[in-house]
Amino acid sequence: MIRTIFYALTAAATAGLVASAASAGTLDDVKKKGFIQCGVSEGLPGFSAPDTAGNWTGLDVDFCKALAAAVLGDASKVKYSPLSAKVRFTALQSGEIDLLSRNTTWTLVRDTSLGLNFAGVMFYDGQGFMVPKKLGVKSAKELKGASVCVQIGTTTELNMADFFRANKLDYKPVVFEKADETLAAYDTGRCDAFTTDASGLAAYRIKLKDPQGHLILPELISKEPLGPVVRHGDDQWLDVNRWLIYALLEAEELGVDSKNVDEQKKSANPNTKRLLGVEGDMGKNLGLDNDWAVRPIKQVGNYAEIFDRNVGPKTTLGLERGTNALWNKGGLMYSMPIR
Amino acid sequence: MAVERVAERAPARPPVWNDPRFRAIFFQALVLALVIGVGAYLVNNTLTNMEKRGIASGFGFLGTTAGFSISTTLVPYTEESTYGRAFLVGLANTLLVSVIGVFFATILGFIVGIARLSRNWLVAKLAAVYIETLRNIPLLLQIFFWYFAVLRNLPSPRQSFILFDIFYLNIRGLNTPAPVFEEGFGWVLLSAVVAVAAAVSIVRWARRRREETGRPFHTVYTSLAILFGLPTLATLLAGSPLHWEYAVLEGFNFQGGMVMSPELVALVFSLSTYTASFIGEIVRAGIMAVNRGQTEAAYAVGLSPGLTLRLVVIPQALRVIIPPLTSQYLNLTKNSSLASAIAYPDLVLVFAGTVLNQTGQAVEIIAITMAVYLTISLLISMFMNWYNRKMALVER
Amino acid sequence: MNDRAQTYLPGTHPDLPPPPSMVGVYGWLRANLFSSPVNVILTLLAAYIIYLAFPPLIQWVFINADWQGDTREACRREGACWVFVKVWLRQFMYGRYPSTEIWRINTAYAILALGMIPMFIPRVRGKAWIAAFLLFGYPVVAYYLFYGSAFGQVVVETPLWGGLFLTLVIASVGIVGSLPIGIVLALGRRSRLPIIQSVSIAFIEIWRGVPLITVLFMASVMFPLFMPEGLTIDRLARALVGVMLFSAAYMAEVVRGGLQAIPKGQYEAAQALGLNYGKMMALIILPQALKLVIPGIVNTFIGLFKDTTLVLIIGLMDFLGTIQSAGTNPQWLGFAIEGYVFSALVFWVFCFGMSRYSQHLERKLRTTH
Repeated sequence: MIRTIFYALTAAATAGLVASAASAGTLDDVKKKGFIQCGVSEGLPGFSAPDTAGNWTGLDVDFCKALAAAVLGDASKVKYSPLSAKVRFTALQSGEIDLLSRNTTWTLVRDTSLGLNFAGVMFYDGQGFMVPKKLGVKSAKELKGASVCVQIGTTTELNMADFFRANKLDYKPVVFEKADETLAAYDTGRCDAFTTDASGLAAYRIKLKDPQGHLILPELISKEPLGPVVRHGDDQWLDVNRWLIYALLEAEELGVDSKNVDEQKKSANPNTKRLLGVEGDMGKNLGLDNDWAVRPIKQVGNYAEIFDRNVGPKTTLGLERGTNALWNKGGLMYSMPIR
Repeated sequence: MAVERVAERAPARPPVWNDPRFRAIFFQALVLALVIGVGAYLVNNTLTNMEKRGIASGFGFLGTTAGFSISTTLVPYTEESTYGRAFLVGLANTLLVSVIGVFFATILGFIVGIARLSRNWLVAKLAAVYIETLRNIPLLLQIFFWYFAVLRNLPSPRQSFILFDIFYLNIRGLNTPAPVFEEGFGWVLLSAVVAVAAAVSIVRWARRRREETGRPFHTVYTSLAILFGLPTLATLLAGSPLHWEYAVLEGFNFQGGMVMSPELVALVFSLSTYTASFIGEIVRAGIMAVNRGQTEAAYAVGLSPGLTLRLVVIPQALRVIIPPLTSQYLNLTKNSSLASAIAYPDLVLVFAGTVLNQTGQAVEIIAITMAVYLTISLLISMFMNWYNRKMALVER
Repeated sequence: MNDRAQTYLPGTHPDLPPPPSMVGVYGWLRANLFSSPVNVILTLLAAYIIYLAFPPLIQWVFINADWQGDTREACRREGACWVFVKVWLRQFMYGRYPSTEIWRINTAYAILALGMIPMFIPRVRGKAWIAAFLLFGYPVVAYYLFYGSAFGQVVVETPLWGGLFLTLVIASVGIVGSLPIGIVLALGRRSRLPIIQSVSIAFIEIWRGVPLITVLFMASVMFPLFMPEGLTIDRLARALVGVMLFSAAYMAEVVRGGLQAIPKGQYEAAQALGLNYGKMMALIILPQALKLVIPGIVNTFIGLFKDTTLVLIIGLMDFLGTIQSAGTNPQWLGFAIEGYVFSALVFWVFCFGMSRYSQHLERKLRTTH
């Protein structure tokens, strides 16, 4: 109704202007401009954080790199936009970025009403609490009357409310715009507890003045599947992102990694052959070439390599695979068949 | 020669594009078309974008459950309340901080402004240093300073500063006793209302009598007696229905009592000290604008210095002071939106922050937020125009 | 015999010096500090406040402060730790602008300074040309220096811009951009054509009625949806547009003040000469009105300069933003005060200097009228 009126109004003054900007799909755009604009966090160690030289590293960043390797052939052809929790969806909706790879939780509301599509899950997480050891709290259920520092506009804020409500505990949320401010507020004692995804807790704990003085409580109060997000209505680009995640997982399952990928091309395993483009036209179906999975594996690594390098036991975060292990090793990571 | 020819010729009709009436219509039509065109273009783009991406639109979200919690609520609010209710909570918090800020800024501003005019050199210089320092430093920086640098260094609740054994100041805020109203408090409230009404009518009656008969009547003591006496009497008769609940350290926080969060304290403090530096200058200018002859004339007709100030200088100075003062109040209200930088749950943080992020309906939410501030400022400028008109009448 | 016997003719008595209690240090003290009991109390009170505030401040800022070293450990924490400011100074000034390219910013500063100096010397001629260059040529030069892309320079993306540099960019672009819009709006508001007038009034009052922060939110989350598909605008550019529209409304009111101050005779004389509206405004009215409102423009600039700090809320790393992020850096947690004091000093020097300059202009311009 309103649309018709506005169309009528616009017709005379702006007909020419409106017509000019019909864009092709994101995949073609990316190929044309030669780089991927990737939305990342403003600094979350292990997921996306700049080092002192300004180079971005992390699990989320490695996905952007893998995507660049698959689409453009070069993992370094990525430009990063650090985004706050508040502007991340707008940035994606408006086309400022090509994909959002920023520890973003997959929820129904986001998937349906924000004009977004989640490509898959790169990391299964859950929300937890961190408290100073000297508080003597051993369980989240003892947090009665606590002030809790939390970042604005996250699922965290909602889960926390649900948790306290379900356990009939009162609490005071102290809501900050920026992750760093939230953490600094916790560190200086403004709050009794700090809450975010468990992986984030581990990441943020190393940023504290005295990491050993803080305890991550055992309860996980929510499900937080984190993964890359693309714009709604661009199925081709969604497919590329989705199947790239599966390719990284499949590579781990088949034992293909950055070091042996070239030898594995000679493998007799038909699954490996299809993944690496020796057999079939998997890449072509995605709008890429048949080496689409070889390059990311070679330049960035399979899922296990990405995990271990950024958040695994040998890193400062020291996370075990847990739910993020492959399905046949007791985890949830499961690649759809590439065939 | 040329002159003659011009004079002879009948004045030619100017070409249509030089006709002022045509031009007026033409340019106005052009502007109108431009405004509507640009507006329609933007609206059309927005609608197209939203439809194509499947972004939800409309105001239905105001009725859905919010699901998050807010730390400071004046309006009853729980996690089960709606987004609309969250909006009201934010609005109430904005108004709360504005009202408290205006109150302190006015008092401090008048003190500083008068001090700046003091004949005492030291006092005048001190006031000048205050004004010049505070108004030349960005407000946001001052808010950060008080919040992050000063209030963050307060001790933990266990080591609170204790004032008079009932106020506890710590990093979590200022804990004060809270009034608890019991049955029968309605009578006290009623008596207070009656007392105010009585005092007002006595003042009116006294003024009328003075104007008619010239006999003065001391309203101050009578009104004070009524204002304090009546409610006290009512309290005693109703059996002391008001109690104070004290804050007690329990677990890791104070329970009971009222708490002013450090965010609120920092915000009110910086808003009022910053605005006071501008009000100080306005007050100074207002007093200086009153002609010195006015004071001398008042003395000459035998008014005491106190009466001179009250009846001659202040009414005239106020006429100069009030309009810029209202715009300072308006600025303070608008500046209270900086609350979002330090986690005080005002309209911008709750509504244009959390609600915006949870629903993703940027267009509707930003529009509502702007409309609210616009309404507040239109109301204030309506008041200002009304006041100016009233003052202009008095002048005649 | 004695002095009293001395007589003078009327009018020949020499002026006696004032009594000693009225002159010199003593007299001044008496008149200004101790003239009445109330004044004595006030003086003592003020002196006490000064005693409370200033010695500890000086102690903290200078005497107990740490200046040497470049790590957190170099600070004894007895006074201010200026090491913090020293370590982060490059960030505070230029943000994350690549260090190899900082000469470009400095060059732009130098050109600006070279252009500004003659403006302050009364005798220099051709100021109009210099001013025209600064207003129209300089932004182009500055753009190519800051952003790059011409003459084979490396492009420095705007997310890397930051610090005091970004603050200055936003404030200057805001004020230079808002001036023409403001003039048009002011003329529109004074226009006798009802539609033009109401459009102008609506525009001005809407922007003046909302806080800048909501305008910036609008710029960061709504502008992208306004644009046709496929067209995206840089985050900084969106903020700049927001700031420009916002300050244009204030500028319009300043200019309107100047227009109202021009006597009616000027308009009538211009019309009597047969000048049309455009010529009348451009040649007669605006030159006079704008000259009158220069102090007002400077004051608007001061306000805008202070308000640019708000862009940190939408994630741009301006001067205060870099200080805030350095203060929340885990290695330097607890040094926020030093950062705030330093930035307060910088802002104060800029704003106080400009307000003094505008007062000076006001006095200078008043004498010519």
